[in-house]
Amino acid sequence: MPLALFLEQTLNGLQQGVMLFLMAAGLTLIFGIMHLINLAHGSLYMVGAYVAATVTSLTGNFLLGVLAALGAAGATGMLVELLALRRLYGRDHLDQVLATFGIILTFNEITKILWGPQALFLSTPEVLSSTVEVIPGVPYPAYRLFVIIVGLAVCFFLRHLIINTRLGMLIRAGATHREMVNALGVNIDRLFTIVFGIGAMLAGLAGAMAGPMLAIEVGMGENILILTFVVIIIGGIGSIRGALIGAILVGMVDTYGRAFLPLIMRSFMEPSAADTVGASVSSVAIYVLMAVVLIWRPRGLFQAYGG
Amino acid sequence: MTQRRLMVHGIGLGILMFLPLLAAAAGEPFLTNIASRVLVYALAAVSLDLIMGYGGMVSFGHGAFFGLGAYVVGILAHHSFNGTVIGFLPGEWQGTASALVQWPLAILVTGLFAVIIGALSLRTTGVYFIMITLAFAQMLYFFMTSLPTYGGDDGLNLWERSQVPAVDMYDDNQFYYVTLALLLAFLYLAHRVVNSQFGMVLKGCKQNETRLQALGVPTYRYKLVAFAISGAGAGLAGALAANHTEFVGPGLMHWTRSGEIMIMVILGGMGTLYGSVLGAFTLLMMEEVLSSYTEHWMLILGPFLVIVVLYARGGIYGWLVGDEMDEEPAERADGRTGGGADDG
Amino acid sequence: MKTIRMKIITVAAVVAVVYAGWMAMSSSANAGSLKIGMITTLSGGGASLGIDIRDGFELALKQKGGKLGGATTELQIVDDARKVENAKQIATRMIKKDNVDVITGIVWSNLAMAVVPSVTKADKIYISPNAGPSALAGKGCNKNYFNVAWQNDNLHEAMGQYVSDEGYKNVYIMAPNYPAGKDALSGFKRYYKGTVAGEVYTKLGQTDYAAEIANLRAAAPDAVFFFLPGGMGINFMKQYSQAGLTTDIPLYGPAFSFDEGILKAVGDAAIGMFNTSQYSHDLDNVANIAFVAAFKEAYGRKPSLYASQGYDAALLIDSAVTSVGGNVSDGDAFRAALKAADFDSVRGAFKFGSNQHPVQDIYVREVVKDGDGVTNKLVGKVFTNHSDAYASECAM
Repeated sequence: MPLALFLEQTLNGLQQGVMLFLMAAGLTLIFGIMHLINLAHGSLYMVGAYVAATVTSLTGNFLLGVLAALGAAGATGMLVELLALRRLYGRDHLDQVLATFGIILTFNEITKILWGPQALFLSTPEVLSSTVEVIPGVPYPAYRLFVIIVGLAVCFFLRHLIINTRLGMLIRAGATHREMVNALGVNIDRLFTIVFGIGAMLAGLAGAMAGPMLAIEVGMGENILILTFVVIIIGGIGSIRGALIGAILVGMVDTYGRAFLPLIMRSFMEPSAADTVGASVSSVAIYVLMAVVLIWRPRGLFQAYGG
Repeated sequence: MTQRRLMVHGIGLGILMFLPLLAAAAGEPFLTNIASRVLVYALAAVSLDLIMGYGGMVSFGHGAFFGLGAYVVGILAHHSFNGTVIGFLPGEWQGTASALVQWPLAILVTGLFAVIIGALSLRTTGVYFIMITLAFAQMLYFFMTSLPTYGGDDGLNLWERSQVPAVDMYDDNQFYYVTLALLLAFLYLAHRVVNSQFGMVLKGCKQNETRLQALGVPTYRYKLVAFAISGAGAGLAGALAANHTEFVGPGLMHWTRSGEIMIMVILGGMGTLYGSVLGAFTLLMMEEVLSSYTEHWMLILGPFLVIVVLYARGGIYGWLVGDEMDEEPAERADGRTGGGADDG
Repeated sequence: MKTIRMKIITVAAVVAVVYAGWMAMSSSANAGSLKIGMITTLSGGGASLGIDIRDGFELALKQKGGKLGGATTELQIVDDARKVENAKQIATRMIKKDNVDVITGIVWSNLAMAVVPSVTKADKIYISPNAGPSALAGKGCNKNYFNVAWQNDNLHEAMGQYVSDEGYKNVYIMAPNYPAGKDALSGFKRYYKGTVAGEVYTKLGQTDYAAEIANLRAAAPDAVFFFLPGGMGINFMKQYSQAGLTTDIPLYGPAFSFDEGILKAVGDAAIGMFNTSQYSHDLDNVANIAFVAAFKEAYGRKPSLYASQGYDAALLIDSAVTSVGGNVSDGDAFRAALKAADFDSVRGAFKFGSNQHPVQDIYVREVVKDGDGVTNKLVGKVFTNHSDAYASECAM
């Protein structure tokens, strides 16, 4: 196998991982701090994509679209938190699953009524629509490089936020010693709403960034939602670092699996069977990865908060 | 058992027993067909409630067992109908259409899978358990989707329903009573299980597994057995579902299907067994009726689910039988249960 | 005791509402009327296809003043949410309870495979406005089953022929890893004469194709044939264009990845790609010109091939009911009238083959940009009076 192709697939894996990280970071924060399983996280991703597409097509400016997506997803997230999810914090995970599943159905239908059943259009911004030869001989889409850079930037920003700021301190404290933080006079309700808003904005950002690459359609959130859960489970719930490692791991395993498994299978099978078997195995690769990780370490790779 | 509860059970059982007659009297014999579907899903929901409501094991992969049971029937019937040999089994077996072989085999196979999946999954708890069961279900889903021998994503038609001695499975009423009998039998079994010493341990696992372990109870084994019984129950439901729709496909294993079964349990009232029947009825009838009113029926179903969670905590069953819920601790959907173990 | 009474009243009220809803689902049939049941996908993923089919069908019904073939027509539309069991349940209800004359509407092959046999077994007519799985075209053909769209392989076969005609010798082919995907690639290979540079099966519902695109580029084929319906196709085309490959390695596919809704979502990235279809909105025949104008007027968008199929399904029923004078109870006469296909299809020449699947022309369209945006333009005809590969296996 040529080295250039291998490197290119590695970049692809990284890019996919970075997208997953944007989703996983928010989800894992919300889970780690509020103990809330939020299936509707994918809906916020969808809101981000739809708003970005709409605003971009109105203004012709992708950046404005992304900013609008951040705002819309953040606002929607906080609204949902205030109206419904806030009452679910102390409740059984099952209640949370059921309620947020109901929210998914609601959001999907509202989106369909507002924007229609057909997929929406969002083009790649002009500056990023070309390709760049980061690896000699391989023209790589500039937009994908942009996604990688944004993702890594968000990662460093989150790290800074959590380690060096007062808000970050409260987040860390809220996750480990909720009652104590409350007793010290911190408005924990407001903290939760803010954290939820941050998570929602990250999901909105992911949705907006996905827009130029993916079909913007009703139900797009569910596809990535399951993958995101796989990521935070592998990484260990509540851990931003775990979310990053998990996301990259899932991105890599999925990409390498799709890219190389059929080739590997061909070395000891006839080609037509190898194609099918390779495709079948690679489509479950990440679930196998998750099962193996959990059997090996039942609480994920990184346990954030106690155990 | 209080008078109130006795009354609710009596009325419920009465309706179920005489439903075909009532439907015929109302001039709507087709209601029986729909009711059969409700009972099939009720069976799956009851089996999930057994582990979820009593053992605190939230399986998000129950659709896998449901689908697997359906596939056992589908594959056996497929070979029997076409007169071909089952390739992946040793010997020259050409399948069978007899329910006496199909159904026990469905129970056996799903039970076996449940033991394997359970043995691996039960090492985890809380939300990790939710996700690992989902992972196994997804693996099976993608496996069946890409398996061309049995239709892959297109699924398999069931050209003949299972043959039950002395019963015409194509008759709506007889089909209904067969399903009802199996549901009642499973309910009885589940009732016996949860009220036995075994059941006490199971409920104990939900409340405080660590304490049980400290007392020397091998909770892992207890939970595994419960998981297997539950998987087998879902498998039986799947076998019936295959007969009812006369079709099996990977859609039965999709994660949304697992979610629906879960919703039925919560809607009806978790940890009540009988509530699951009410939950299955409510969800399926809402789908049936709402989807014929408007194409935007999800806009009604979605908020309905949220409201049920927020304001009707004991589920429909809890609401019907009233305030006597406190008598049995396992019947309370206690928000804090498992919380400590899950979230660390 | 007050709460108990409240609860009893509530339960009674709920039961009453459900029962009323149940009754409302089927109004009583009046004699001499025609009852049509439409089972289609209106919610969730893939809803746009079902909506197109429904809109096309309803347009025809409206144009005929609510009477197909002169008979007062009662159209019952139910959403299957793309779930097999739902579709099956609805079909059973339509057959046993509502006693409809004709069932139509199903979008997906797997739903059709599950529903159609039970419809034909109950001696009801099923008219497929989409989805033509091979099993129902060959050995499993049935006198009660008519397909007014295509056999699934048709468009892939046409593309195999076209790509060969264009002189490509080394083509890379891709489809999702499920039976329809495999059928698509074998249909393509049936008429394609060159070598296959690579054959790739992707995950059903996959969103990211970067890995496949990288492998594809490394294989350096002359052209790519892909069958990725719905959102998968949108994802692939967008990412393919971003990788800067559209000009180097041209893309070819069946119309399923190029319907008007999808083109709107893909935008300029799709320009210059080719697809095969049995229909195009710029087909020059009287019926089509009128249809396109009426459809735009009614719904404010161009009709897709799905809309044309829904419209044709209604016209087919209309022609047959007219021919039997509104008396659809005589099964043999009604079937014969349907088989005659005596209507002006918006796709031009149309007739049924021995297996009651279309014998029709298949065209090639290029994606271009015109005044209204990105759309399809007819560029040629690949097959004339094309039947399907399974007709000979059908015993009818």
